Amino acid sequence: MVKAVTGFGRSGLYDWFIQRVSAVVLVAYTLFIVGFIFLSKDFGYASWSALFEQRWVRVFSLIALISTIAHAWIGLWSVVTDYLTNRMMGGKATVLRILVEVLLGAVAVFYAVWGIEILWGV
Amino acid sequence: MLKVSIYRYNPETDSAPYMQDYELDTQGKDLMVLDVLELLKAQDPSLAFRRSCREGVCGSDGMNISGKNGLACIMPISQAAPKGKLVLRPLPGLPVIRDLVVDMEQFYTQYKKIEPYLQNSTPAPAIERLQSPEEREKLDGLYECILCACCSTACPSFWWNPDKFIGPAGLLQAYRFLADSRDTATDERLGKLDDPFSVFRCHGIQNCVNVCPKGLNPTRAIGHIRNMLITRAV
Repeated sequence: MVKAVTGFGRSGLYDWFIQRVSAVVLVAYTLFIVGFIFLSKDFGYASWSALFEQRWVRVFSLIALISTIAHAWIGLWSVVTDYLTNRMMGGKATVLRILVEVLLGAVAVFYAVWGIEILWGV
Repeated sequence: MLKVSIYRYNPETDSAPYMQDYELDTQGKDLMVLDVLELLKAQDPSLAFRRSCREGVCGSDGMNISGKNGLACIMPISQAAPKGKLVLRPLPGLPVIRDLVVDMEQFYTQYKKIEPYLQNSTPAPAIERLQSPEEREKLDGLYECILCACCSTACPSFWWNPDKFIGPAGLLQAYRFLADSRDTATDERLGKLDDPFSVFRCHGIQNCVNVCPKGLNPTRAIGHIRNMLITRAV
């Protein structure tokens, strides 16, 4: 009943679903990385770079990065549309909201490209 | 003596709202908050509040009682003011018309959106549409809502987006019709709820459950709506 073109998936259900799935991915990735750091016997540059030599670790890392971006967008979009509303601030809220959303989008693209560079660059 | 602090605001004479202190001799009785208001109104006829049935059925006297939304008529002062000080404010978030009287327009607009009436496209039977006891049981915990607005005005998501988020009261009623075996508009109803605001601004903090004077659970109903949306979409 409410139109929202800047939502992540433009559907509340889709956003909700992605938010949950990305959260699970991030928990799994965090456990994996933290587990690796604390459980590997001689943790150092050699074991760390050997870990990221493997394609599946790179792909898993990329999925975690994309999950972070999606999760952050959905969450921050909710915050922005809660607090920067036309109802509270009048017309300038639209401008402010678009600015914040474009900034968030730019940061998201920057991190995505940078992350891919790092993962496949070493 | 019971100390009572009441939110006062008359837009015709006051430039800003203020809290006014009263004292009332309760003669040791455990009065209801509404009784206190009636006695104070006898002292000060300018005091404005809504009331009707005075027994927790009509939902007119929802207000913020010592920090928690509730119905003044069924809230004893022993519970609302255990230390002898009662603080009364209007329901939070809605525009104040005067003193404890709020403008419920936004609340009713959201209620209207969910089309709170039975919709059935099949021909009406000769006598009535029957339900099995099991089907009828699904409406328990839903139909009892009296639309007092205590829940929706306790909900931060409704404070921020009262024009977009339906709010706990409206969503409880939305589920009441989604769960009704006699209603055939389930799919159309769900289709209208699938945006990022109507249902999904609920983050499950359960303020609504905490304040409902009828002991209902809007968060659970919202969870059911979400499950229905998922089942329909996956």
